[in-house]
Amino acid sequence: MTMRVLVKGAGVAGLAVARELVSRGADVTVAEPEPGFAAAASWYAGGMLAPWCERESADESVLTRGRGAVDWWDRALPGEVRRNGTLVVALPRDAGELKRFASRTSGFQWLDTDGVAALEPALAGRFRQALFFPEEAHLDPRRALSLLGERLAAQGVAFVRDEDDGRFDLVVECTGASKIGSLEGLRGVRGEMLYLETDELELSRPVRLLHPRIPLYIVPRGDGLFMCGATMIERDDAGPITARSLMEFLNAAYALHPAFAEACVVETGTGVRPAFPDNLPRVLRAGNTIIVNGLYRHGFLLSPALASEAAGLVLGEQDRREIF
Amino acid sequence: MLTLYGQELRSRMLLGTARYPSPSILADAVRQAGTEVVTVSLRRETAGGRQGGAFFELIRELGVRVLPNTAGCYTVSEAVLTAKMAREVFGTNWIKLEVIGHHDTLQPDVFGLVEAARILASEGFEVFPYTTDDLVVAERLVEAGCKVLMPWCAPIGSAMGPQNIAALRTMRAHFPDVPLIVDAGIGRPSHATTVMELGYDAVLLNTAVAGAGNPALMAAAFAQAIDAGHAAFEAGMLEPRDMAVPSTPVIGKAVFS
Repeated sequence: MTMRVLVKGAGVAGLAVARELVSRGADVTVAEPEPGFAAAASWYAGGMLAPWCERESADESVLTRGRGAVDWWDRALPGEVRRNGTLVVALPRDAGELKRFASRTSGFQWLDTDGVAALEPALAGRFRQALFFPEEAHLDPRRALSLLGERLAAQGVAFVRDEDDGRFDLVVECTGASKIGSLEGLRGVRGEMLYLETDELELSRPVRLLHPRIPLYIVPRGDGLFMCGATMIERDDAGPITARSLMEFLNAAYALHPAFAEACVVETGTGVRPAFPDNLPRVLRAGNTIIVNGLYRHGFLLSPALASEAAGLVLGEQDRREIF
Repeated sequence: MLTLYGQELRSRMLLGTARYPSPSILADAVRQAGTEVVTVSLRRETAGGRQGGAFFELIRELGVRVLPNTAGCYTVSEAVLTAKMAREVFGTNWIKLEVIGHHDTLQPDVFGLVEAARILASEGFEVFPYTTDDLVVAERLVEAGCKVLMPWCAPIGSAMGPQNIAALRTMRAHFPDVPLIVDAGIGRPSHATTVMELGYDAVLLNTAVAGAGNPALMAAAFAQAIDAGHAAFEAGMLEPRDMAVPSTPVIGKAVFS
């Protein structure tokens, strides 16, 4: 008999879980009270599949569980993943930051001025040293969410606003920050971002600008659009971006390339990332409900691995691997 | 025992709570160091009117004394307002007072600092001022009601270590009875040992621990370094001299050369 599963939440975690369940033959319904996908924190994500860079501050498990994400997304959405690595740079006075970053990470090459120019001609002559993480990739989170939703719908997944849990064999809750207060240990970490638009420069891959106070990443979205992110503030409100954050982002973007001074600020946004005290995600089970939460700043990176673990639990395939 | 505003403390290491890889790692660092006082920034985490929140709950669960700070405040009124918010949130009169004067070096605005200290002390706060090693400013802060002084030894987060040993020494000599805590600029445990050997009462750290590859291990290393420096000061150290002094007597040896 086909198992009927309700997935609550249409953010990156919910959609990834739905895909894993469908691929294993379950009958899946996705319930999301808000229209579209803009209510999810993942709508404001950078979309960087960068487990090696994240290792700078994240646990080893983020690297081991995130490694498969690039292939997973490539299979799920052929043509949407750009596998051209990540460039990490620092201003001359922060050269020590590059060394520190290198000492915490692996899977990179050191580049000199020519190496930077070869990868990103727009940054030619601006940085004498850089780190290049060739195995990393990125995608556009908004396109990815929308396309994954369409594909799931085409595969027979019903998308509804609200649904009665009782009609299903199992419920998988992927409702992120809305569980703050009811899920033990879960807290919100505010992230702010903005979109800049300029046709004065082109980048082809995510660039991280290290700075001791104001680290910044810029992800090119094509057509002159650049996503800049993201703050990490221990607070769970999603109110508008603050003047300070905006000022710091723009300063850092300008330091990366002066052409950003003439860019238009076309959007600012704020999301609340759900996180457990160790900033690592969990797959939890309580009776007929499975909870996937705490993806912190690693939604696109870790959803595939968590979705696979959750689907294994749902369909009773769980081996003796530790689930956490 | 270290006594700060009547509170007796065994640990001479105060720890900041910002920029750890996760709250769990922060908790490990606090435990490893045996820290009894942590500082918490109010400004950034409460802007927007929400007080408290899950992060503050995690801080309270550490079970140590909280020293809220006014980090990120550039004016007297901002700092005073933040201090009052802190009193509400954490229920303590303690406040680490920062009034920043310079964006790049985060050097304190010592004029604003003295003014804010005076206002807060008159309203019952127990003020821990983040100041420079300037003696006259320190005197003004004591006059304003501060019973603890927290000079920098280098700019915040710079990890440069003590830049002006003579000034730190002078400050210690001039304020023999005021608890002095080196706040800001420490990069490695040997820096902490150095200032403790000068007779400082405690050290306040954040970036040196939070930014380490293994914050909890670094916290433990600092705790040992701080204790070592303090014990050395208590024990009394030799003054350096410009000739060798053998530890084994040479008189009576067959060849005396």
